[in-house]
Amino acid sequence: MLNNKAKTKKTFSAKRGEAIAGWLFISPMVIGFTIFMFGPLVYAFFMSLHDWPLLGEQAFIGLENYRNLMSDASFTNSLKVTLLFSLGLVPLNIILALFLANLLKEKFWGIGIFRTAIFVPVMTSLVVWAIVWKYLLAPELGFINQMLGWFGITGPSWLLNPNTALPAVIVVSVLKNVGLNMILFLTAMQQVPKELYEAAELDGASNYVKFRNVTFPLITPTVFLTIIITTIGAMKIFGQVYVMTNGGPGESTKVLVYYIWETAFKLFDMGYASALAFVLFFILLVFTVISWVVRKRWIFYED
Amino acid sequence: MKTKRRLTLKYISLSIITLIMIGPLIWMIATSLKERSRIFTQFFPNPIRWENYLDVLQNGTFLTQYWNSIYIALLVTISVLLFASMAGYAFARLNFPGKNIIFILLLSVMMIPPEVTIIPLFLFMRDLDIINTHIPLIILPIFGAPGAFGVFLMRQFFIAIPKELEEAAVMDGCSRFKIYWKIFLPLSVPALSTLTIFTFLTNWDEFLYPLIFINDRDLMTLPVGLSLFTDETGTAWEHLMSATTLATIPLLIIFFFAQKKFIEGMTAGSIK
Repeated sequence: MLNNKAKTKKTFSAKRGEAIAGWLFISPMVIGFTIFMFGPLVYAFFMSLHDWPLLGEQAFIGLENYRNLMSDASFTNSLKVTLLFSLGLVPLNIILALFLANLLKEKFWGIGIFRTAIFVPVMTSLVVWAIVWKYLLAPELGFINQMLGWFGITGPSWLLNPNTALPAVIVVSVLKNVGLNMILFLTAMQQVPKELYEAAELDGASNYVKFRNVTFPLITPTVFLTIIITTIGAMKIFGQVYVMTNGGPGESTKVLVYYIWETAFKLFDMGYASALAFVLFFILLVFTVISWVVRKRWIFYED
Repeated sequence: MKTKRRLTLKYISLSIITLIMIGPLIWMIATSLKERSRIFTQFFPNPIRWENYLDVLQNGTFLTQYWNSIYIALLVTISVLLFASMAGYAFARLNFPGKNIIFILLLSVMMIPPEVTIIPLFLFMRDLDIINTHIPLIILPIFGAPGAFGVFLMRQFFIAIPKELEEAAVMDGCSRFKIYWKIFLPLSVPALSTLTIFTFLTNWDEFLYPLIFINDRDLMTLPVGLSLFTDETGTAWEHLMSATTLATIPLLIIFFFAQKKFIEGMTAGSIK
């Protein structure tokens, strides 16, 4: 009886000890994310309800910042540019990555060189990649236009022309990251059972038919997830634009994050910038939730 | 016959893509070795002017920024390894009230993009009077994507470790921290190294935080420093290209020595 009581007491205190240990172990991360992530998110919403200049008095104005968004031509433009950027980048990136992964999925002489080469831009720093391309695309002296000159073509002033600046930034961004998606697809393709290809070959299927009827259906979950992740990345694009075009010429490459940065840290309109940031937050939230749903489905699919 | 033609086509298209991918970097290295007057008249440098690198290295600001980048990325990486493995251990091996809900909350809150929280964080850091110091650059990234990914990765890793290892230590009366430190951490070197590479690379590339929190050139890290290098010297292409080449070297070294881990770290992080 007494022994029994002591035992329950011990397990109880052991349990409590374990709980305290658990909380202590997670406390650095939990405290950090509360102070530096969750707190600022809530505060950003609070700020978006205010007229909030960097210096001077802030005043509560309710949803006025959000109402002002509708009539702000720069905002609609930044949304449009971000959308165009994503619509250009995502399909180009995914299709090129699929094409390359399909070419590089079976071993052949020199495969290592090709795989590494395509991955090289992924491992360079984004700013370095953007700077190098800015110089390659320079109007007269840039290497790209010099090369076009050999064929008698006068290249445009890529980054200084409102019609070519955005496409140029898109292509540079695709080249930077296509290697990463290629690796993701390669990994998925290597899990496709070999027997399926053998069966398709017996039926005399061409490479294209094999890709369409065997490879693609089996890697659809990966492709879908990669599309969402790439889209989230595209919605947040900033560094390349900052380095290559500064949002210009005009507002032709002024994406949403660039506009947020400019409103907050050039014009010091913190309240309005917070409202802009919240628009971005909701867009990203939608995609993140979709990715969670897909991931959950995907796990069932694998089971 | 048909397969041969197909193979040729494969090699041709892959060669073109390879050229587009590594061409810019070859051009960067080539330009970094040219004489200024010959930048536009030759593709391969002749004569090779190694002094461009000396010029850049003698520019004190560049070296300072290089050092800033290295030591900040290292501090962030060490902190992420420690905090993420601690949290991952608790979530995998200990029972405490609220465990599952806190885990889910932690992962979802850490998905909050820094682009959204940067404005309040700026005011916060200004009130703490630590704008234009390295403190925000070291603290904030710990709780970003690498931190969240790290907790997840370490938890997955620790869950798979057999119970017996732990039970023996509990019998001997080892403290939880000792079990984590002496038993679990040494076992997790594979996961830790993936996390190291992912965190270091993400931080080496970090652009937004230093752009907003730092004003002095000597306190900047390389990405922002290099982006301003463009504006300042305008036409000194060869010096800028020496600087960007030097900034790429740590990444090449990591890639060269840990290619598999490198790819694993990059892809695992992006799928997160």
